[in-house]
Amino acid sequence: MCLAVPGKVLSIAGEDIARVGRVNFGGIVKEVNLAYVPQAGIGDYVVVHVGFAISVMDEGEAKQVFQYLKQVGALGEIEEQGS
Amino acid sequence: MKFVNEYRDPAAADQYARAIARITTRPWMIMEVCGGQTHAIVKFGIDELLPKFITLLHGPGCPVCVTPVELVDKATQIASRSGVIFCSFGDMLRVPGTERDLLAVKAAGGDVRTVYSPMDALKLARDNPERQVVFFAVGFETTAPANAMAVYQAKQAGVTNFSMLVSHVLVPPAIEALLSSPDNRVQGFLAAGHVCTVMGYEEYLPIAVKYRVPIVVTGFEPLDILQGVYMCVRQLEEGRAEVENQYTRSVRREGNRPAQQLVAQVFRVVPRKWRGVGEIPQSGLGLAPEYAAHDAELRFDLAAYTAEEDSECISGLVLRGVKKPHECSAFGTRCTPEHPLGATMVSNEGACAAYYHYRRREWRQETAAAKAASRA
Repeated sequence: MCLAVPGKVLSIAGEDIARVGRVNFGGIVKEVNLAYVPQAGIGDYVVVHVGFAISVMDEGEAKQVFQYLKQVGALGEIEEQGS
Repeated sequence: MKFVNEYRDPAAADQYARAIARITTRPWMIMEVCGGQTHAIVKFGIDELLPKFITLLHGPGCPVCVTPVELVDKATQIASRSGVIFCSFGDMLRVPGTERDLLAVKAAGGDVRTVYSPMDALKLARDNPERQVVFFAVGFETTAPANAMAVYQAKQAGVTNFSMLVSHVLVPPAIEALLSSPDNRVQGFLAAGHVCTVMGYEEYLPIAVKYRVPIVVTGFEPLDILQGVYMCVRQLEEGRAEVENQYTRSVRREGNRPAQQLVAQVFRVVPRKWRGVGEIPQSGLGLAPEYAAHDAELRFDLAAYTAEEDSECISGLVLRGVKKPHECSAFGTRCTPEHPLGATMVSNEGACAAYYHYRRREWRQETAAAKAASRA
C-alpha cells in the first residue's frame, strides 16, 4: 500500500498546489502532482505514491547501500584475517 | 529501472547476508513494520538468506489489513446507496465486512470504482455533479498527503458532492502498542521507509530510548532490507538502541514539511480501532472540523455504527508477530485469497497472502510433518 516508485521528471507545469509534472517510470509516462516537492526540477528523480511525489531522490545517497557494504565487507575480512 | 534494479543485485545480497552472519552471535527477533517490506522479504526469500538465529516478524503495516470491520461495513452501506459513486484503491474491494465485501456490492449493481489516486475520485466528483462521490481513504502516513490534498482542493473549489470515508492509521502509536504488550517478542524494528519519507524519523527517537529498542528506517528493495537488518543486528549485538536511517536516498530526518503541513491542516489525530488488535489511542487520522462537510460518515449518518470482528481469524496475532500465517488452522483451507476470512489474506502486502503465494511448498511440508508426527 505504501508502494512508491521512482521516476524521472520530464516536464513541469502549473504552480503551488496545482504543480504537476510528466514523470517517466521506466518507459511509462504519467502525470504526477509535484506540490509537495517544490525543489524538484526537470531531470530529477522523484519518489511517487498514489500520484504524488513525496521526495526527490538524493543521487549522492543512492550509492550509500554499496559504500556501506564495502565498509562492512572490509571489516569482516580484517576480522577473519585477525582470528 | 534506475533506482530499482541496482538494489536487487544477487552478489551484493549474498555479501550482505554473509556480513550479517559474521556479526550475529545469538537469536534476535526483528520486525519489519511495513507490508511492502513483508512482501519483498517473502517474495525474494530474504529471510532464507539470513542466519537461523535471526527471525523476521511481520508487522501491522498493511493499512488494508488493519482497517476495522465496521469501516468496511460503512463502506458497503454507502456504496449500496443509489446515486453514489464509491471509489477505492483496488485491494480494499475483497476485504470481508460483516456480511459482504465491496466487490459483492458492485456485483449487485453498486457503482464501485477502483482508482489509482484520490485525485481521480475528485475528478469524478467534478465530472458528475449530480452524484455523490465518496473516496475510501485508507492508508498510513505515506498516503495522508495525497488524501489531504484531495479534500483541500474539494473545499477550495466548492466540490460539495465529494466526501471521504477516512480510515487513516499512524505507525508510531502501533509500535508503542506492540512494545508495551505483555506478549511482545520484538527486539528491533525496521521502520517503514515511505512513512518516514513523509514524516521524518524524529518521533521514533523517544520510542527507541523508552523501550530500549533499535529502530532502523529501511527501504523496500532486497539490498535495502538486508542493510537494514545488518544495522539492526549490529545495534542489538553492541547493546545500542538508536534510530538509524538506511534509506537515506529518500528519507530526511525532518521528512517532507510541505506534506506534513497540509496533513496537519486537513486532518486531526483521533483514536482508531485496528482490525485484530483493537483500539489504539491517538493512532489514526480523521478529518478536522473545518472539513466536516466532506466527511462521509457524517454525510451518510453512519458515525454511530459499530461492528465486532469474526473470532476464527487470527490476523491480530499475525499482525503483532505472535503467530506466523501457516500456524492458523484455517490457513490455505477455509481461508484463501479467493475466500478470505481476514484482511491479511486479501492484500498483496498481508502476511497471510504473501505466505500463500510464495511459501506453499514450505507450509505444506510443515503440515505434512505435523500430521505424520501426530500419527506416530
